[in-house]
Amino acid sequence: MFLASPSIDQTGVEERVQRLNTRSIKKNSKMDALKLAMSMLDLTTLDAKDTEGKVRQLCRKAIRPHDSFDDVPSVAAVCVYPNFIAIAKDALKGTDIKVAAVATAFPTGMSSLEFKLKETRWAVAQGADEIDMVISRGKFLAGDYKYVVREIEQVKEACGPAHLKVILETGELSTLDNVRRASDLAMDAGADFIKTSTGKIQPAATLPVTLVMLEAIRDFYYRTGKKIGMKPAGGIATAKLALQYLVMVRETLGEDWLNADMFRFGASTLANDILRQIAKEKSGVYQSYDYFTKD
Amino acid sequence: MAKNNSKSAKAKSAVKSTLQFNTSWSYAPAPESADHVKLQSSYDLFIDGKFTAPAKGKYFDTLNPATEKKLASVAEATTEDVDLAVQSARRAYDKVWSKMPAKERGKYIFRIARILQERAREFSVLESMDGGKPIRESRTIDIPLAAAHFFYYAGWADKLEYAVAGNRPVRALGVAGQIIPWNFPLLMAAWKIAPALAAGNTVVLKPAETTPLTALKLAEIFQQADLPPGVVNIVTGAGATGAAIVQHPGIDKIAFTGSTDIGKGIQKALVGRDTKLTLELGGKSANIIFEDAALDQAVEGIINGIYFNQGHVCCAGSRLFVQESVAGMLIRKLQDRMQTLIVGDPLDKNTDIGAINSRPQLEKIEEYLKIGVKEGAELFQTKCEIPKKGFWVRPTLFTNVAQSHRISQEEIFGPVLTMQTFRTVEEVVEKANNTPYGLAAGVWTDKGSKVFSVSSQLRAGVVWANTYNKFDPTAPFGGYKESGKGREGGLHGLLPYLEVA
Amino acid sequence: MSDKIKKFEDKAREKSEAELSQKRLGVMKTYKLYVDGKFPRTESGRYYELKNSEGAILANVCLSSRKDFRDAQTAARAATTKWAKASPYNRGQILYRMAEMLEGRSAQFVEELTSEGLTASEARSEVEQSIDRLIYYAGWSDKYQQVFSAVNPVASSHFNFSMLEPTGVVSLIAPEETGLLGLISMIAPAIVGGNTVVVLASYSKPLGAITFSEVLATSDLPAGVVNILTGTRAELISHMTSHMDVNAISYAGSEEKELKPLQENAALNVKRVSLWKNEMDWSSEESQSPYRILELQETKTTWHPVGI
Repeated sequence: MFLASPSIDQTGVEERVQRLNTRSIKKNSKMDALKLAMSMLDLTTLDAKDTEGKVRQLCRKAIRPHDSFDDVPSVAAVCVYPNFIAIAKDALKGTDIKVAAVATAFPTGMSSLEFKLKETRWAVAQGADEIDMVISRGKFLAGDYKYVVREIEQVKEACGPAHLKVILETGELSTLDNVRRASDLAMDAGADFIKTSTGKIQPAATLPVTLVMLEAIRDFYYRTGKKIGMKPAGGIATAKLALQYLVMVRETLGEDWLNADMFRFGASTLANDILRQIAKEKSGVYQSYDYFTKD
Repeated sequence: MAKNNSKSAKAKSAVKSTLQFNTSWSYAPAPESADHVKLQSSYDLFIDGKFTAPAKGKYFDTLNPATEKKLASVAEATTEDVDLAVQSARRAYDKVWSKMPAKERGKYIFRIARILQERAREFSVLESMDGGKPIRESRTIDIPLAAAHFFYYAGWADKLEYAVAGNRPVRALGVAGQIIPWNFPLLMAAWKIAPALAAGNTVVLKPAETTPLTALKLAEIFQQADLPPGVVNIVTGAGATGAAIVQHPGIDKIAFTGSTDIGKGIQKALVGRDTKLTLELGGKSANIIFEDAALDQAVEGIINGIYFNQGHVCCAGSRLFVQESVAGMLIRKLQDRMQTLIVGDPLDKNTDIGAINSRPQLEKIEEYLKIGVKEGAELFQTKCEIPKKGFWVRPTLFTNVAQSHRISQEEIFGPVLTMQTFRTVEEVVEKANNTPYGLAAGVWTDKGSKVFSVSSQLRAGVVWANTYNKFDPTAPFGGYKESGKGREGGLHGLLPYLEVA
Repeated sequence: MSDKIKKFEDKAREKSEAELSQKRLGVMKTYKLYVDGKFPRTESGRYYELKNSEGAILANVCLSSRKDFRDAQTAARAATTKWAKASPYNRGQILYRMAEMLEGRSAQFVEELTSEGLTASEARSEVEQSIDRLIYYAGWSDKYQQVFSAVNPVASSHFNFSMLEPTGVVSLIAPEETGLLGLISMIAPAIVGGNTVVVLASYSKPLGAITFSEVLATSDLPAGVVNILTGTRAELISHMTSHMDVNAISYAGSEEKELKPLQENAALNVKRVSLWKNEMDWSSEESQSPYRILELQETKTTWHPVGI
């Protein structure tokens, strides 16, 4: 079993976040950061009303976020429900963009382990490069950590070659101590990435929660030498906020995590705000959303 | 055997797995513009509501320690000037300030607070230019906190009877002479002036010779607020000017913040005189990390405790005590965190550690670095770049430090931290108290009962639990033992300026 | 026929008509309620005529109903958490800001108080005292706790301290005889201590209270902290004092027929009662005191072990 997690002092975490937020990102540093953020995007659509048309449009946006900015990179991945994996794979053919699928009875996780494993295997068979699973929050809050660990281990096994992102759904965990404990046990159980939220629960990703998870990743690295990735998801709608996350990564984990292999943003509207900021940096004038395509 | 080998190989690979903070993506320079600051080439003394040339006509330079360039010449006040300032303060006390309804007195101080809030940007930039502190700190701490002090004490002006037990009638002392240091120039001026005025006294204040400019700008605010002439007088100069204030028979109260040596001298000089005295002196404060502490937040508290304001802080947590079971992990986290500190241009918004205040102070710190190495302590400094011109010290950590080392006994007043380990509560309390100083301490533990137990055993005037270097106008501050006497801030900070019937 | 036409041939009238046809018409102010940071009319649609001493109509003032009080109470309750959590420094800044706003608009207040019957100098003096009273309580924001809380030297190995917390929602019945000073003297100690209030303004002098709500709306005071109703005591007091989700009553007056039912209603759920008697001299400094803050506070004692 995992080691006892250290306690977390909420006030201290919030003060650290506040201090990190005073970093001023200007000029070429800003431009570089905006492009870096774009390259780290898991462009996401997780609506029950999603259709093939919607997913295909999203994929086109993922490949070429803006029709005239050649220097803006593609995003890292497209994140969809399992039934759209094949469509996304097809739409992204010939690119490096990954297809991530949410599985394990997303977003609640309220189903049997058998069902979750079956769903995971099916998603991988459909071609998913990455699986975003949810932990059983009820079991976690009831103190049944063994169950949670065991579940992650088995889903990991079911993933085979696919990367596993473990969603803690921090908005339901109530305390930063719980966030830390859930991070530790997810990493011990074999997560390749730990992820804050499904995006279906408020609050979704926050800077304090992300800091606690990044520090857990750092301590895991100190302990094992293994590098685990981080994905804040939900609620990151502005480029300014995305840059604050990058500052946090830079000053907590440093160079090795400042890339799409180790850090992702799960977001749907962030891409256009990044483009808007890039256009502003290029032209010197503030932009309207009217100039950027929705999908 | 084979097992052992693989274990040591594993240990080695763990050592190799270091974090890299010299990143490919970094921050571009983000300098705060100094255009907003209107500086004169020369500043006179502020006496009786007017800027007045010094009697002897002598001026000295004040430098920007980040560039070593001159910012302005400043008048040097001699005995004659100090005498004039004291007379002006006395007249203002007798004729106006002591006769004015208390609530009107309060409203003047409220005005000062408000104007300072309005002009905060200008004061922040100037404070960083004259003293070398990062703009991040002058903007978020020094200036807003100075305004908050005026605001807090303004409210006391018409409520003084509630500040003393039994609601007894109180009266002001008269003229207060105040001498302040260079580490928080404006904030210390506010700490001194605000309670003095609220209690009904008038003031002769001497800012430090390396950082006089924001105090002189504050004089402009007094004019803008229509503060009656003579209520606050500001005389600039070095030690001799301070001595002239201390020795002036017309002074009813001395408040001094600075080194313990000079503080002792002032206490001696006042022997036989009916002059009240408060002293805020040096420190060598212990910051104690127990094994059950929230370590990442403790690291932040250690950083904030010693590298805040280049370590030019009397209550700096300069002696770090770490429980042995977590010492290895803590050093690793601390050193990684230190690597992210940015040293350089105080006006850059991303600077964490600015310039050392003056060349003599730089030389003193460098001397201690040599002493530490010679004494056998292990020196760790980060690799960050520093500018060629100006006065700089990289954030420094000494490990392997003994209680007997000079670097763990004497106040360095720079970004230099010494670390010792301990095993038990008794041991660390004994070591923490084993110093002539007693200003502050930090205690880091997840266990509430331990906070109160350790705090009650520490001989220090301020104990921060799971935080460090926090200041608030409502909270008293001051030292035990040779760190001073009397308190500033809060309700307790009024009493040194009052006589209770 | 021609006689009839002749009737209108009047030089003076023609002149005044010519002027009238070219005159700029002033915009009259509508006096409304202040609830949850907005300015609604009474849901009842009723009004009463406020007249000056010559009998001219000054305003059609809202005659608030039981439902208006209920809405205001809901807003006040919703605002308690945020306001009680605001730092004392912040609350002090906001009260000071109110004083600044009041000072800046003092001419309007003087005019309204004069129209309600004060002489110009009386009105000016009342406005100035109102400003100073706000300043007085702004100053208490971060001090009353220091004066009234305590560290208790208990015999066991415990750290023990008592501190104050706001009681909650206060029904505040402002004095009838003063339109502004009494109102502010009662509101300030309630809100500086972190409470939220529903105020019934003076029936005969409501203008200052309504205009004061415009000061509140521009002082960074969160919506719902102060809600101001106009109307009659006879209709509203029983609802304001019997509501089971109100924690305290601050009442100005000495009317036996109001006081007795008020006290009985308070007993329904042990409401705290802060009384301001009719003989109160609002202009005297004795009408301001930190004990007025204390009356609307709860004392909480915390025990914590000391050990390792």
